[in-house]
Amino acid sequence: MKLRVEVVALDCLMVRLFDEIAEANMPWMLAASESLRAAFGKDLIDLVPSYTTLMVHYDLTALSPTQARELIAEALIDLSPNARTRGKCHVLPVWYDLSVGPELSLLSQRSGLAMEEVIRRHSEREYQVFALGFAPGFAFMGLVDEALAAPRLSTPRKKVAAGSVGIAERQTAAYPVVSPGGWNLIGRTPAKLFDRNRDGYSLMQPGDTVRFEAVDHAEFINLGGDDTPLEAQA
Amino acid sequence: MSRLTIEASTPLCLLQDAGRFGVRHLGVTQGGAADWRSMSWANWLLGNGLDAPVIEITLGGFTVVAEDDCVLALAGADLGARVDDEPLAPWRSFRLNKGQRLQFTQPLLGARAYLAAPGGFDAPKVLGSSSTVVREELGGLDGMGHALSKGASLNYSGNSVMLLRKLTADQRPDLKLDTPLDLVLGAQIGEFSGQSLFDAFNSVWNVDSRADRMGIRLLGPALQYQGKPMISEGIPLGAVQVPPDGQPIVLLNDRQTIGGYPRLGALTPLALARLAQCLPGAQVRLRPVVQEVAHREQVEYLRLFLNH
Repeated sequence: MKLRVEVVALDCLMVRLFDEIAEANMPWMLAASESLRAAFGKDLIDLVPSYTTLMVHYDLTALSPTQARELIAEALIDLSPNARTRGKCHVLPVWYDLSVGPELSLLSQRSGLAMEEVIRRHSEREYQVFALGFAPGFAFMGLVDEALAAPRLSTPRKKVAAGSVGIAERQTAAYPVVSPGGWNLIGRTPAKLFDRNRDGYSLMQPGDTVRFEAVDHAEFINLGGDDTPLEAQA
Repeated sequence: MSRLTIEASTPLCLLQDAGRFGVRHLGVTQGGAADWRSMSWANWLLGNGLDAPVIEITLGGFTVVAEDDCVLALAGADLGARVDDEPLAPWRSFRLNKGQRLQFTQPLLGARAYLAAPGGFDAPKVLGSSSTVVREELGGLDGMGHALSKGASLNYSGNSVMLLRKLTADQRPDLKLDTPLDLVLGAQIGEFSGQSLFDAFNSVWNVDSRADRMGIRLLGPALQYQGKPMISEGIPLGAVQVPPDGQPIVLLNDRQTIGGYPRLGALTPLALARLAQCLPGAQVRLRPVVQEVAHREQVEYLRLFLNH
């Protein structure tokens, strides 16, 4: 870990912990987040984690840039990941089917693997939540089996159904609400990923881990899933 | 409780406050008034908290009728406001009596006007704020992120201040763009080519028509980033990011929370307040400023609001 603190705005500093995306970063990122939150207390406006960085947005009426740097330095002395700072583990049911995940066939062709094998490889791994972004509750997770890695669609869809599960490069994600999107879709989850009435709002938080579990159509419907085919929604 | 009825509105007329905080790690955008300074003055004129919910009217096309005698305040752009047939200049509180009509016609100076009511307009707080973010379906009158619409009622619960006020010449922000916009230099600044650094701070930039509450694109010489591709990271308000086409985009309140384009840095809050009042075609210049200096200027400016 090579820690740097960089200027990003009048009242924001970037804490850069790593240079590469890696699953092993996450315990350190969680420990650093917790320590920074405690150090800044009520003077912290927002802390935005993403893969290798933590952006600290602090109250400029309470702290000068120099004071904020001092707080960061103090918070990160003797940093070490521990059991307390481990994220939650979620299991997301997914109905893998061409009608809701049309790129199953594309990924199968690219990799030379049967569709069943694509599904098996996607659902056998435990993924890290590296960051949330793009939309409320949209979690960037990885890393996906190299054979399944695929670039984003050259023309993004105008409308991707809520719950759609996709792959882009070596990352995977599920769309919390209907939105435009360019990821390769392979299935759909009935899980409600963002809920303004839930404590913490987002099902997944940075640093959590996620496993996808294949379910059949009947169970998907049973769990409250909407099986409207993608084309019918466009 | 007093009441206004909306007779005309557009998708660009939105309820806003200072923004949504403490939830950006969940991918929730900041939101809030694009020109925080004008919003603050509108609230100040009525003795409100500076972040009380106001109406952000962009470009015009907004009309309300008073259902009761009201005292309101107007700050920001001059959008050709009229109370019945009388012109109403911004930066003042004013009476709108029962049956009178307040109408915003077209931009005469600036782009965004802010209308405040005693105690702030009533709206539910969603994730801690009433700010309307249409894309995220958050905030606004019904909490679901809708723009203000014709026929809707605007309520407020504060007591009317009887003494009408207007800002002094010293207090009144200058919406003209004669001085450059201050930009706090960011960490990637050294990764741009020497020519690009010269161009960034010595060119006239044209405000593009591709401008909304997510960002404002600037047109000028193409800037060249020579560093490594970046991993997505948090983006501050006012960030000036440079996508591969070299044309900078200044990111505003409704920007996405993380992104991977290199940045020159970020505009100061005061520079951002001025840029938010620019119409497409306006010309702006950028000026580098050091973080500590910009911080002192901002703290100094905020003292103006302490006078009553």
